Amino acid sequence: MTFRKLNLWVAVAALLFGAIIRSVAAGEVNAAVAANFTAPAEQIVALFQKESGHTVKLSFGSSGKFTAQIKEGAPFDVFLAADEKTPRILEEAGLAVANSRFIYALGKLVLWSAKPGYVDDKGAVLKNGSYNKLAYADPKLAPYGLAAKETLEALGLWSAVQSKLVTGESIGQTYQFAATGNAELAFIALSQITKDGKVTEGSWWLVPANLYNPIRQSAVQLSAAKDPAAAKAFLDFLKSDKAVAIIRSFGYELP
Amino acid sequence: MENTLDPADLQAVWLTLKLASVTTLFLLFIATPLAWWLAHSRKWYKGAVAALVALPLVLPPSVLGFYLLLLMGPHGLVGSLTSALHLGRLPFSFAGLVVGSVLFSLPFAVQPIQNAFEATGKRPLEVASTLRAGSWDRFFSVALPLARPGFITAIILAFAHTVGEFGVVLMLGGNIPGETRVLSVDIYNHVEAMEYGTAQLLAGGMVLFSFVVLLTLYFTSGKLLKVSR
Repeated sequence: MTFRKLNLWVAVAALLFGAIIRSVAAGEVNAAVAANFTAPAEQIVALFQKESGHTVKLSFGSSGKFTAQIKEGAPFDVFLAADEKTPRILEEAGLAVANSRFIYALGKLVLWSAKPGYVDDKGAVLKNGSYNKLAYADPKLAPYGLAAKETLEALGLWSAVQSKLVTGESIGQTYQFAATGNAELAFIALSQITKDGKVTEGSWWLVPANLYNPIRQSAVQLSAAKDPAAAKAFLDFLKSDKAVAIIRSFGYELP
Repeated sequence: MENTLDPADLQAVWLTLKLASVTTLFLLFIATPLAWWLAHSRKWYKGAVAALVALPLVLPPSVLGFYLLLLMGPHGLVGSLTSALHLGRLPFSFAGLVVGSVLFSLPFAVQPIQNAFEATGKRPLEVASTLRAGSWDRFFSVALPLARPGFITAIILAFAHTVGEFGVVLMLGGNIPGETRVLSVDIYNHVEAMEYGTAQLLAGGMVLFSFVVLLTLYFTSGKLLKVSR
């Protein structure tokens, strides 16, 4: 009995010791990630953790929210934004490491419905107006929301759809409104409905790139990073061929 | 930093007051019979009903909001029903927020009224009965006036709790100006958009308003309590 107990204690001690050794060698990265990049980020992180031994903790939300939080001292080490502007603002404020900013993906906007066959491949459903609600992300907070607004303006429909618009606080909530069927249509990111290079659910219209300003999703290393080496290693991995392959499989392009 | 309130902000203030008032009114009609039943019933399932009523105290608003979104959606039970009755759908509408708020604040209205009914006990009703008062008469002339402190507490709590509601509205509302953009969501958006000046103006105003309302209600209820005793 006592021997068994002793054995148990030895095992626990060994485990703890092992954990301590690992934590000395491996760093931790806290990453703020734009909601549209949720799925690819999870895949990339899984691969990165296996190869580097570092751990990455992911937080998902709108770029606007993260910028405000980082300005107020949120403990993030890297920021994967949905646009080019917010990381630049942080860089100019001295909150991001100079010259660490790069475009990791070019975002694609889609008009999507959870109903198969509801959205045609020219987006004419927007004009015939038989739908009740059109969801988009708050253009002040989410770059995909801004792109949606630009698209509606370019199509001359902005004032016509006002009474039908519902606003998600991030592109994630916007998707949720449409996925539950509460909004028939939603402007979301292609990456949200793409898996392994294919769209499998609902119906969609890939919005032509000339209707909105390019969504240059940029990443940046933050000055407050506790472990700058681990943060840099993660950003370098984001540029690697393996990561780029994952990013492309979700429908993004690269510059 | 922008420090101005635009008409949309004032609209949010008005909408919040409207939502809190309508919700409180509905809650009084729903909570009174429910509280009466809970105070007097001896049914075996009374415990289950009481637990169900208290559930919103424990559940995070995100859980409640998420389930309501599913229930009221086109594939949900409530959503199919409202569509079949040609009432349209509840999410992203003021009516939807009222339903959500009523559920969310239900325990805050039921429990004080139930406590008041229980505190009154059976005796005054029995006395009234010997004076040949009918059951409705006993309820309106005896039970209700005696339970007045409980009703006042219920009104204060239901109103205040609805003004302070955020999670359910965020999940259900869709942030439509004049329809579902209440003050708490409006402030959240201003903070997210880094318009701290406007956010502070609204948030400060809300703190002041809530304090004054509660203070006024507590003072008047104090007076009413004395009268009723």
